Amino acid sequence: MSLPPTAHRNPGAPLDPAWFEQIAINTPAAEARAASLTARRSLKKAYQAAWLVNAIRCMDLTTLAGDDTEDRVARLCAKARRPLADHILAGLGLDQLTTGAVCVYPTMVGAAVRALAGSGIPVASVATGFPAGLMPLDLRLAEIRYALDQGADEIDIVITRAHVLQGNWAALYDEIAAMRDACGDAHMKAILATGDLKTLRNVYKASMVAMQAGADFIKTSTGKEGVNATLPVSLIMVRALREYGARTGVKVGFKPAGGMKTAKDALSWQILMNEEMGRDWLRPDLFRLGASSMLGDIERQLEHHVTGRYASSSRHALA
Amino acid sequence: MPTVTEILETMDYGPAPEATDEVRAWLAARGRFGHFINGAFTKPGDTFATDNPATAEILAEVTQGTNADIAAAVAAARRAQPKWAALPGHTRAEWLYAIARHLQKRERFLSVLETLDTGKPIRESRDVDLPLAIRHFYHHAGWAELLADEFPGQAPHGVCGQIIPWNFPLLMLAWKVAPALAAGNTVVLKPAEYTPLTALAFAEICAEIGLPKGVVNIVTGDGVTGAALVAAPVDKIAFTGSTEVGRAIRIATAGTGKALTLELGGKSPFIVFADADLDAAVEGVVDAIWFNQGQVCCAGSRLLVAEAVAAPFTARLTARLAKLRVGDPLDKCTDMGAIVHPVQLARVRDLVSRGEAAGATLVQAECQLPPKGSFFAPGFLTGAQPANPAMVEEIFGPVATLSTFRTPDEAVELANNTRYGLSASIWSENLTLALDVAAKVRAGVVWVNQTNVFDAAAGFGGTRESGFGREGGREGMAAYLRTPDAKTRPEASADFTATPRPDTPATPGIDRTAKLYIGGAQKRPDSGYSYAITHKGAEIGLAPLGSRKDIRNAVEAAHKASGWSKATGHNRAQVLYYIAENLAARAAEFEARLKSTGHDPKEVQSTIQRAFYYAAWADKFDGAVKSTKTRNVTLGMHEPFGVMGVACPDAAPLLGFASLVLPAIAMGNRVVAIPAASMPLAVTDLYQVFDTSDLPGGVVNIVTGPRDDLARTLAQHDDVAALWYCGSAQGAAMVEAESAANLKPTWVMENRDWTDAQGRSFLTRATQIKTIWVPYGE
Repeated sequence: MSLPPTAHRNPGAPLDPAWFEQIAINTPAAEARAASLTARRSLKKAYQAAWLVNAIRCMDLTTLAGDDTEDRVARLCAKARRPLADHILAGLGLDQLTTGAVCVYPTMVGAAVRALAGSGIPVASVATGFPAGLMPLDLRLAEIRYALDQGADEIDIVITRAHVLQGNWAALYDEIAAMRDACGDAHMKAILATGDLKTLRNVYKASMVAMQAGADFIKTSTGKEGVNATLPVSLIMVRALREYGARTGVKVGFKPAGGMKTAKDALSWQILMNEEMGRDWLRPDLFRLGASSMLGDIERQLEHHVTGRYASSSRHALA
Repeated sequence: MPTVTEILETMDYGPAPEATDEVRAWLAARGRFGHFINGAFTKPGDTFATDNPATAEILAEVTQGTNADIAAAVAAARRAQPKWAALPGHTRAEWLYAIARHLQKRERFLSVLETLDTGKPIRESRDVDLPLAIRHFYHHAGWAELLADEFPGQAPHGVCGQIIPWNFPLLMLAWKVAPALAAGNTVVLKPAEYTPLTALAFAEICAEIGLPKGVVNIVTGDGVTGAALVAAPVDKIAFTGSTEVGRAIRIATAGTGKALTLELGGKSPFIVFADADLDAAVEGVVDAIWFNQGQVCCAGSRLLVAEAVAAPFTARLTARLAKLRVGDPLDKCTDMGAIVHPVQLARVRDLVSRGEAAGATLVQAECQLPPKGSFFAPGFLTGAQPANPAMVEEIFGPVATLSTFRTPDEAVELANNTRYGLSASIWSENLTLALDVAAKVRAGVVWVNQTNVFDAAAGFGGTRESGFGREGGREGMAAYLRTPDAKTRPEASADFTATPRPDTPATPGIDRTAKLYIGGAQKRPDSGYSYAITHKGAEIGLAPLGSRKDIRNAVEAAHKASGWSKATGHNRAQVLYYIAENLAARAAEFEARLKSTGHDPKEVQSTIQRAFYYAAWADKFDGAVKSTKTRNVTLGMHEPFGVMGVACPDAAPLLGFASLVLPAIAMGNRVVAIPAASMPLAVTDLYQVFDTSDLPGGVVNIVTGPRDDLARTLAQHDDVAALWYCGSAQGAAMVEAESAANLKPTWVMENRDWTDAQGRSFLTRATQIKTIWVPYGE
């Protein structure tokens, strides 16, 4: 499951505000598109089951809480190795399934690496003063190096929101480029904290700067903002990465995170990716769902698919 | 069914079919349908099949309505109407509420039935047609409740004949039936021959809730049945359909006194400015022309794109086209279903190939169409020039033309370069620009940064050859009510002898020559003839004998005076007040002239008062903000028609003229008026009053002469937008029939007592409502 280190790296591009400064985004139209997207597509039976399985393949199973401990992380990793009960997996006709990655705080990376040993499941670490990012840059870069040193395969950085709110694109670009440099071979996901950026134009601009600075993924949220992943915000980020791809030929990944709790959410975001981008963005190298409780709902839905009975979460292993 | 492992490779959506068991059981149980007349279904007569255009499978047999069927239905409606109208508004509200409730209870059933009969995707039936139809009945239950308060003094027409199209069968039924019933009318409705089934299911709902017999009657059939309904003794015809049929109905109803509203075709512009959200605009195209297979009268079918963004826009649109899923309408993943009937499919194919033959290039989705059924892959035509048939004619299929413009002015010019005027969609993040263009496009409905958005509270309808009348909102209710007619008064006919008569000289003193008044200047008639104005057998003066060419010149002059329509209400009021002031200064002279010719000198004071009255109104006939959707300012704006014709009564030569011309110009119209033929001098004397009152030249143009001949020229003039006619029944019939060519709205009336001829109803007739949808949200 581990990604080849060179898969879909984004080499970045020089900062060029002309790519985004005049961007026109109509919020009601974005909301209307987001609403109609999911009403236009419907998944039934085995198709729905397969798309839910795919959501697991693309899931960054996450714990980012102040009370995380090594044992709690180990439990999460056990769920990442075996996200579905054996009878469900068998009922689906699958041999093997893991989540796309596990996502933890830097100090929990070591525990995660140990718990996932031999599974091939990558460990993603948040870094750079997550979630607010308001730490001196050298400390933020040091944190990346620490997480890598602990064995992290992927780094989810946070940006300085002030740079976006102040339109300071050079500062934003330089900071992200420095982080990208610090990440080395590890894939870097840039968390834009869209709930703080508020306007869709800000989201688009920040997305484009992050990609120009070399982000391999752009990610909506830390999960700690007032509003986390929403479909309209995701739509605008996806359109930004589509435009970046059209200009550079580089495929950038997308990770919505935070606030997605249901199997229906898992389908909605995949439909968004498939309709706005295409099949390639339904693979974990270009699409991740940052979620915690969503897996439980997916497992219940898949149990129903396999057994025809409505499931109880008490019968499923806790993440 | 493939395995989960296989699906994980392809990530296909797979089939998601809507079940049809309940609908099929219902169809099997009914088999052959009769009409719904007087609360019960008749025995089936000669029947024809209605099929599922996606499969060509026959769904049911329905009866071809005969003249006798129409007569029976109209008789039932007539019997039921007085009692229905006499019910308290609240009671009619309860009935409409019950209909809404029952539609809601049968929502899934009706969605599936609609999709089977029309071929439209189940997603659209489910998410668009049914919710809007239900909302329409709820909204109009409210109007029934409020009728007495909100429309005092108004009365229902009586029996309404309603003919609806096949593109939104149940929704169009709702648009027709709900306001008619709320207002106290009873109806005979003929659904389209391709799609009669939801109307018949609706008839069952009427029976199920126990709606009084005869209030709703439904007669199925083809155009012959429709023509019989138009010819039947009904009081109003409401039609939605093609411009061609609408024109025939206008001619057929001319002179019958039947009220008429027409919602016809369109070739609506979809304007994308360089500062638009291009991705949003691309989705807009999906909603505009690839919605309901493009079978939408208000479809944005002419894409006009700023040259600066034409290349990226076209690239994005092409990419988006590839994502459309065309196929089984019952599948929940289908974006586009079947064209309603093979006849329509052939028409779409023909028009598209004619467009290609004329130089356009078709960009079409490369989708696998189902082997059976009437399917057409969606697309758009590039390189179409304005004369290309694909850019001129309504394709009524999933193909738009895409062409470019350079400047906002050119966008407006191209947008208005059509005989239609139904809707427009404007895409720009610059609200100043968008609203400026919204004001300038000739359309009944304008959507900013969205398209094909509807709500029961907002008026919908067109201008020019897209018809007249509005459906929805207060203006839609008004179309099902009438102001009781003023009492008519007979008037004598005038004599137009232009042969010189060696009579006694007209007036002593220096000769006064009455001329025509065109473009603010006095003009001799093109004919070079004058006719004698007589009183008690004596010639009192000569009036120019106006003719076709004078009308032509007057209309041209009126068009040049377009600044008047853009002037503020305050400025128009100032001119009207000034007219009153200057007329008052010369009142004695006008009174003497009227008196000496046997007319009532009080007309002068009444005319002065009328000028004050409409000066008062000029800045007060407000539009409205409609309660439609959240985060949407939906404006209902009164717009002048532009250039209007007014044929004045022969009696009351000054006041009759003032009563008709003043409200028209107060609202910003420019007028070509034909004054009282037997005494035009009362009006030709006004020229100096106009000149000294700063009335811009061309706002009022006056052509004297034989009223019906001149009115005929106005009626036949394609550049006259509306026509009021006061005169004989034959003249009225002629005006209505001749106006069919450009479908200008007409208002015909007989002579009346003009002393009280003023009010809001004159202003309503002098304007049309433009609905502008402006969404907001950040």
